[in-house]
Amino acid sequence: MSRGKRAAGGRTGKTRKTAGVNNFVVKFANVNGSGSASANNLFAKAIFRMGIPVSPHNIFPSNIQGLPTWYEVRVNDKGFLGRREGVDLMVAVNEQTIVRDIESVVPDGYVLYDSSKALRPIRKDVNFLPIPLKDICLREFQHPGQRQLFQNIVYVGALATLLDIDFGILTGMISEQFRGKEKLILPNVHALELGYHYARDHFDCPLPIRLRPSRKARGKILMDGNTAIGLGCVYGGATVASWYPLTPSTSVVEAYGKYCKRLRIDPGTGKRKFAIVQAEDELAAIGIAIGAGWNGARAFTASSGPGVSLMQEFLGLAYFAEVPVVLFNIQRVGPSTGMPTRTQQGDLLSCAFASHGDTRQVLLFPSTPKECFEFAAGSFDIADRLQTPVIVMSDLELGMNEHVCDPLEWDDTGGYDRGKVLGGEQLEQMEEYGRYLDVDGDGVPWRTLPGAHPERGSYFTRGSSHDAMAAYTEDGNVYAEVMDRLARKFAGAGKVLPEPEIQADGASRGMIYFGTTAGAIPEVQHKFAKRGVRLDTLRIRSYPFHDAVSRFIEEHEIVYVIEQNRDAQLKSLLKIDCGANDGKMRSVLNYNGVVISADQIQEAILVDLPEAPEREQASA
Amino acid sequence: MSYIVKPRFHHPQLQKNDLGYTRRDYEGTLTTLCGGCGHDSISAAIIHAVHEMSLAPHQLAKVSGIGCSSKIPSYFLERSHGFNSVHGRMPSIATGANLANRELYYLGISGDGDTASIGLGQFCHIVRRRINMLYIVANNGTYGLTKGQLSATADLGSKTKSGEESQYDNIDLVSLAIDLGASFVARSFSGDKEQLVPLIQAGLSHRGFALIDVISPCVTFNNTPLSAHGYKNTWENNVVLSEIDFVPMRKEITARYSAGKDKEITLHDGSVIHLHKTGSGYDPGNRENALLHVNEYKKQGRIATGLLYINQDQSDFHELADTVNKPFNRLNEHDLCPGGEVLADINETFM
Ligand SMILES: Cc1ncc(C[n+]2csc(CCOP(=O)(O)OP(=O)(O)O)c2C)c(N)n1
Ligand code: SF4
Ligand SMILES: [Mg+2]
Repeated sequence: MSRGKRAAGGRTGKTRKTAGVNNFVVKFANVNGSGSASANNLFAKAIFRMGIPVSPHNIFPSNIQGLPTWYEVRVNDKGFLGRREGVDLMVAVNEQTIVRDIESVVPDGYVLYDSSKALRPIRKDVNFLPIPLKDICLREFQHPGQRQLFQNIVYVGALATLLDIDFGILTGMISEQFRGKEKLILPNVHALELGYHYARDHFDCPLPIRLRPSRKARGKILMDGNTAIGLGCVYGGATVASWYPLTPSTSVVEAYGKYCKRLRIDPGTGKRKFAIVQAEDELAAIGIAIGAGWNGARAFTASSGPGVSLMQEFLGLAYFAEVPVVLFNIQRVGPSTGMPTRTQQGDLLSCAFASHGDTRQVLLFPSTPKECFEFAAGSFDIADRLQTPVIVMSDLELGMNEHVCDPLEWDDTGGYDRGKVLGGEQLEQMEEYGRYLDVDGDGVPWRTLPGAHPERGSYFTRGSSHDAMAAYTEDGNVYAEVMDRLARKFAGAGKVLPEPEIQADGASRGMIYFGTTAGAIPEVQHKFAKRGVRLDTLRIRSYPFHDAVSRFIEEHEIVYVIEQNRDAQLKSLLKIDCGANDGKMRSVLNYNGVVISADQIQEAILVDLPEAPEREQASA
Repeated sequence: MSYIVKPRFHHPQLQKNDLGYTRRDYEGTLTTLCGGCGHDSISAAIIHAVHEMSLAPHQLAKVSGIGCSSKIPSYFLERSHGFNSVHGRMPSIATGANLANRELYYLGISGDGDTASIGLGQFCHIVRRRINMLYIVANNGTYGLTKGQLSATADLGSKTKSGEESQYDNIDLVSLAIDLGASFVARSFSGDKEQLVPLIQAGLSHRGFALIDVISPCVTFNNTPLSAHGYKNTWENNVVLSEIDFVPMRKEITARYSAGKDKEITLHDGSVIHLHKTGSGYDPGNRENALLHVNEYKKQGRIATGLLYINQDQSDFHELADTVNKPFNRLNEHDLCPGGEVLADINETFM
């Protein structure tokens, strides 16, 4: 172990120009189940508390213990928080992957590793930061569990010196975390200090890639999408949650349950204003939600590809029988079991058309935790107003990673919109009631709830063909009338759905994107602006598409459709629904399981742009 | 409209119940099942039972799966809301409906295919979950609607009309339900209205999950002398383990029961079951004993019927889930939404 100080600036003392103060990527390579998650989280959150925009990403295996796992943290003062290629500092503490991990570091980047065991220097163009993590912990801690666990805290302490993290913030967070378990505060702070002092004594600190307190992330929150959805369900009035565990959707219901236990207890009786059923499978999960929705409670289920596939038959029933229900699809990589812990936007088509026959489903596409909250809460109004399933299409990237976003807001003046439900008194006044009569001409009929009136308003809900009075029919014309009304209802759904977000400035080319692709877009625009290229953008937030989407396509010569699946599913849907001509629609795709980066988008579009003179034109 | 309108002739039994309703007020649309189908007798028994116990039809919701049997909710209680769901999944619909409004009565109708094959998983889990409902299986040992294939409840060696013989052991829904913790389990026969009506009444009044497995012959596909679920075999091998009378709550007990021979069971809603002990002295309060009897008779090729098991001490789903008394579907934003101030505090925890 070298006693002297190392020149941490490296051989050249320079770093890549992409990295610098408040602008770099740190990646942690750990072993799953070794307790690294909370330490890495501590690191990211401390940076966020310094007011600096940060985007942590979990790249984890489908495994409980033993396989490699990574945690990637991008720091960017401009607020560009999409994924960026290249690692500026690698915390390489997993022997299984250390060679590959070191290879992924940019030239002149840094590798922090556990020097308790000698490391064969495999690269000369990176700077090594050896810290004997294991030896330090063996010396300082008695308990075998702590000896393992605190290695993670020691490297966070070292990073605090190397990157200039506010140490007070770190210790403050430790105290918060162990409130009620005060005994644990001292050893954790001790571990932080061990790393802090070791780095101070052995390296030139701070490194050129370092942090400086900022105001950029002040007033923002750092939250994962699934927590936001769970909370949104509490605010939106959901009382029934039924589910079957499936990564990456599990934490939706867990969050709902956690907040319900705090916020949904009747003060008088201590009883619960919610029920959560862990069903036997996803068929039952969606069935329970549909049964509850039919009977007038707000109900949801959360799942992902394999579970959503199982729900198909029931989704068709709810579409055809017109039962409100909400499904959160936290998409992961398919087909089949696919890559359960990687992200994709691969269920667009299967959800838009979920179930056999002519079905169309309403989809919502949140792209931030704030939208997860708003769309979750709002989805219950939408389902009630349209009397149909609403599928909220999140994904692993949004659901299981923390994102910086604006604080959540709630308007106390607006109540829930339960849509067209007739109560007993209204039924009393009516001459005739027919469950599927289109009395308002908008395709949305009036429903009644069981028990509403002793003699009126009852009807028989069925997935078999029915007439306007809900009676069984095999008359093809009557069937077609119902199908046409459903199509009208769907076509008019836009008025209750979130509109697309458009930034148009008369450019001849445009980009259409949705969901988690959004993270990369500001950076793409920034990169293009530097090259004198301008592109208009449209972010889709719901399906069926608003007219503005067709207009946007019409108004642009070339439209790039950016999405994270192999088959350009959004592009297909746009072609089907907006009649967009294929010649002008170009796909930018990524489907390797990680979220698309600004570089990828930029490169794909740049090669497609006309040569320089025309490029001017493109940006005119 | 394409459906056949049921003629509104004067019903022979225009007797009014406590609510002032006649039997007609409990009927449904005209049946479309085969003449003589056992399922129609079950409809009739339900109409009789619910009218007689003066249950307001709108206070009950009907749920079913898919099959000839699952169609019957159309043919009774027109004033009740009904939900004919998808094949084998009625239990999940019933569960959700019950969660949304705990105050209604829930009547599930299913077939043996619907419950014992495609829906076996959901059946097992609704039993475990103790949903407060009456679940009736119209059990004919065959898939009527898809034209007579053998079902999983068909006894080993039983033959359908086409001559197909069951090669596998059957699934006995009664034993399964008792084993999984159902708190009211009965078996009956669509041809025995006297037995079936009070069981339906008791099953509806019982708090918790109640199952009645009703042998309900399919006259078209499974009613030969060699069909275990045919009329002949069921009449001949029916062993009544316990007979009951049902006295709805608030009704005075008029009949006289001899204290030594009869047992009186008061249900949670105040109605009373009078259990006539038969020669065997069968006690439906004992789970192991119930399983033993059912299996013993089965070995002899006989069918144990009557109230086979009842346990009144079990909590239902809502009690276990500790939910509020007010039905969820009547809670509004004031009850459910924590509001903007609380949200501001929650935001703090993410800063
Ligand atoms: C998913 C699905 N698979 C198959 C069917 C076809 N199907 C309709 S009813 C039925 C069997 C019904 O048998 P049972 O529940 O015993 O009712 P029964 O007609 O005998 O009363 C089948 C297989 C279906 N409706 N749905
Ligand atoms: S086929 Fe069998 S079960 Fe179906 S209606 Fe006819 S007799 Fe009844
Ligand atoms: Mg059957």
